[in-house]
Amino acid sequence: MDILNALVAFLNFVFIPAAAYGAQLALGALGVTLIYAILRFSNFAHGDTMAFGTAITILVTWGLQSWGVSLGPLPTALLALPVGIAATAALVLGTDRAVYRFYRAQRAAPIIFVMASVGVMFVMNGLTRLLIGVDEYRFDDGARFIIAVRDFREWSGLAEGLALRSTQALTLVVTVIVCAALFWFLNRTKSGKAMRAYSDNEDLALLSGIDPERVVRLTWIIAAGLATIAGTLYGLDKSFKAFNYFQILLPIFAAAIVGGLGNPVGAIAGGFLVAFSEVAVTYPWVKVAGYLFPGWQPGGLLQLLGTEYKFAVSFVILIVVLLFRPTGLFRGKSV
Amino acid sequence: MSSNRQASAASPWRAPILFAALAVLFLLEGTVRNGLFSGSWNTALAILNMGLISAITALGVNMQWGYAGLFNTGVVGFLAIGGLAPVLVSLPPVQGAWDAGGPRLIGALLAGLGTLALAKIVYTRTGRIWAMALVLLAGLVAYRWLFDPAVLAIEANDSARTGNIGGLGLPVLLSWIVGGAFAAAAAWGVGKVALGLRSDYLAIATLGIGEIIVAVLRNENWLARGVMNVTSIPRPVPYEIDLQQNPAFVDFAARWGFGAAEASGIWVKLCYMSLFLVVLLGIILLAELALKSPWGRMMRAIRDNETAAEAMGKDVTARHLQIFVLGSAVIGIAGAMMITLDGLMAPNSYNPLRYTFLIWVMVIVGGSGNNWGSVLGAVLIWFLWIKAEVWGPNLIGALVGPLPEGDIKAHLLGSAPHMRFIAMGLVLLLVLRFAPRGLVPER
Repeated sequence: MDILNALVAFLNFVFIPAAAYGAQLALGALGVTLIYAILRFSNFAHGDTMAFGTAITILVTWGLQSWGVSLGPLPTALLALPVGIAATAALVLGTDRAVYRFYRAQRAAPIIFVMASVGVMFVMNGLTRLLIGVDEYRFDDGARFIIAVRDFREWSGLAEGLALRSTQALTLVVTVIVCAALFWFLNRTKSGKAMRAYSDNEDLALLSGIDPERVVRLTWIIAAGLATIAGTLYGLDKSFKAFNYFQILLPIFAAAIVGGLGNPVGAIAGGFLVAFSEVAVTYPWVKVAGYLFPGWQPGGLLQLLGTEYKFAVSFVILIVVLLFRPTGLFRGKSV
Repeated sequence: MSSNRQASAASPWRAPILFAALAVLFLLEGTVRNGLFSGSWNTALAILNMGLISAITALGVNMQWGYAGLFNTGVVGFLAIGGLAPVLVSLPPVQGAWDAGGPRLIGALLAGLGTLALAKIVYTRTGRIWAMALVLLAGLVAYRWLFDPAVLAIEANDSARTGNIGGLGLPVLLSWIVGGAFAAAAAWGVGKVALGLRSDYLAIATLGIGEIIVAVLRNENWLARGVMNVTSIPRPVPYEIDLQQNPAFVDFAARWGFGAAEASGIWVKLCYMSLFLVVLLGIILLAELALKSPWGRMMRAIRDNETAAEAMGKDVTARHLQIFVLGSAVIGIAGAMMITLDGLMAPNSYNPLRYTFLIWVMVIVGGSGNNWGSVLGAVLIWFLWIKAEVWGPNLIGALVGPLPEGDIKAHLLGSAPHMRFIAMGLVLLLVLRFAPRGLVPER
């Protein structure tokens, strides 16, 4: 039995990728859940909002690179991020003004909002295609690895290598900072408290003089920021392809529902839960098992599901939660 | 939904006039050749045939949305699973595939379904989650033990040409009904879980099942060869090449002033069109009869006020499940018809934007709750969607013509095809806001 090598293989192939992916999903799910808490609908355009923000960030990154600006070991995209967030915030505030505000005034059924968000999704999808096209782009620069496989092998003397890519570490660090800032904002500032009050009880909040339109605007700006950061981190970690951002919508919804729609802590927990299940179910465990039980020759790869079916994992988690606890693990809203 | 329907009644002439305008569009497409139209009957009929299939899909979506207010975002999945039927029903059997692993495969699928049923029984009887988890785990092991070798054996059988389980060699028209049954079964599973909860949950769950069905078709090579595609699916109509070699047909075409090649294409498309029209009108007839029956009035009562309907003793969740399964069956029939028309099963072509959300644009534009509206919306939007591929670049080309040659001009010209998405999104948003009842409102 070779526990050390098994542990390193587990960290390298399961833990680190799942943690980075989970952080990206958590940021996405936070945006969905905030919009749900305040505006009370599931925003189908969120994936394409992420794609739009990332596309702007990439365009600005290319601009910075052509001027020779760089952040040294960090990716240049971090410098471009504020521009991406600002552009995305402007876009979602514009769509709120042009689309959602009308239905809010009408107090339309939530499903009408969802339908309108599908229309917005089409437009944003077209805008992203117009801006950057449908091809796949890699835009990470700076240092590739914090720990490279070879260095780790030489340092530890183990047969199994461990790699920590800088984009993965960056994802985790940025997520911690963003979540801390968000919870500080929601719990400590007057605007954040107004948002929570509005989410808990709309009528009571109106009665105490909270401006609903201001709360809604703040929500959209925060959601745009979260979406752009999540999208950029996902694009840095994997690569940017507009269609992937539509597909990531399902794991993000699953994460938000698992945690309880409308509950920010739940969205973060849900993001990591979905990511870890997805990676654990689609990872071929034969290598780890080989270290743990050297005498055993398993017949297959010990892979529960092919990676093509990773969306099935989020779907099954979603179904299980809907069956047994429709309000989510952390008791979200049930309108 | 009652809150944002237009109050005023529409003129009874509205639908006939709009249908006449649509017919004029197709006549122009068939006869006039200029920058806007192709002037080819073959093109016009090809657009119309696909438009009719879209119309049947839209009818299914309209049953779910217009009659019951259910938001199905997995239309692409139900179309795809319906498309599986022609492959499994009408293709000739593959030599040796059944002997290689057929019984074992059926056993695996039965074991899988049995496990789910048993898990449900165990949970409802004992209420213990760990007992259910144990059943599921044991069932999964049994399923994989039966399934994996069977799939390996089937895929190894003549893998260059077939490598799948093959069909039953039955008439292809039969597969349209089977396609509906497949989609209905999938819809029952999803609906059973997601209905009765808040309305967006169904939307999210169907989004998931749609992606999973397409993923299954893409990756399960034993089923329909995955991304290697299945070609030459049998046709219910004659082949062009046979018609061209038939002297009687060539004479007949010459009398109408057509060449044999062109006429054979038109003839085949007209045959398809008649078949599709029969199905379309049959479904509309059944749907209209159902809507005018007490059942239809109950459905609309549930849609307009669930609480009141529940107070009257109606089982809202069960009725929603019923209409969801029925609507999905119609979508499945359309999926089978589409594969029959194309003669090709290509799982990579199932794009949710094109097959789910474009159908939604058709239903909303046409008029949710009105079957004729859905048909009108479907054929019209499909016509515009196809023609936008030609008109968009032409328009952008004319607009950027005066610009100097360079990167910006090239980028604008290259991005013209993407304008369709923005246009369709805007159409959906504008109709939803300014005419929520669509072109032909519900009566």
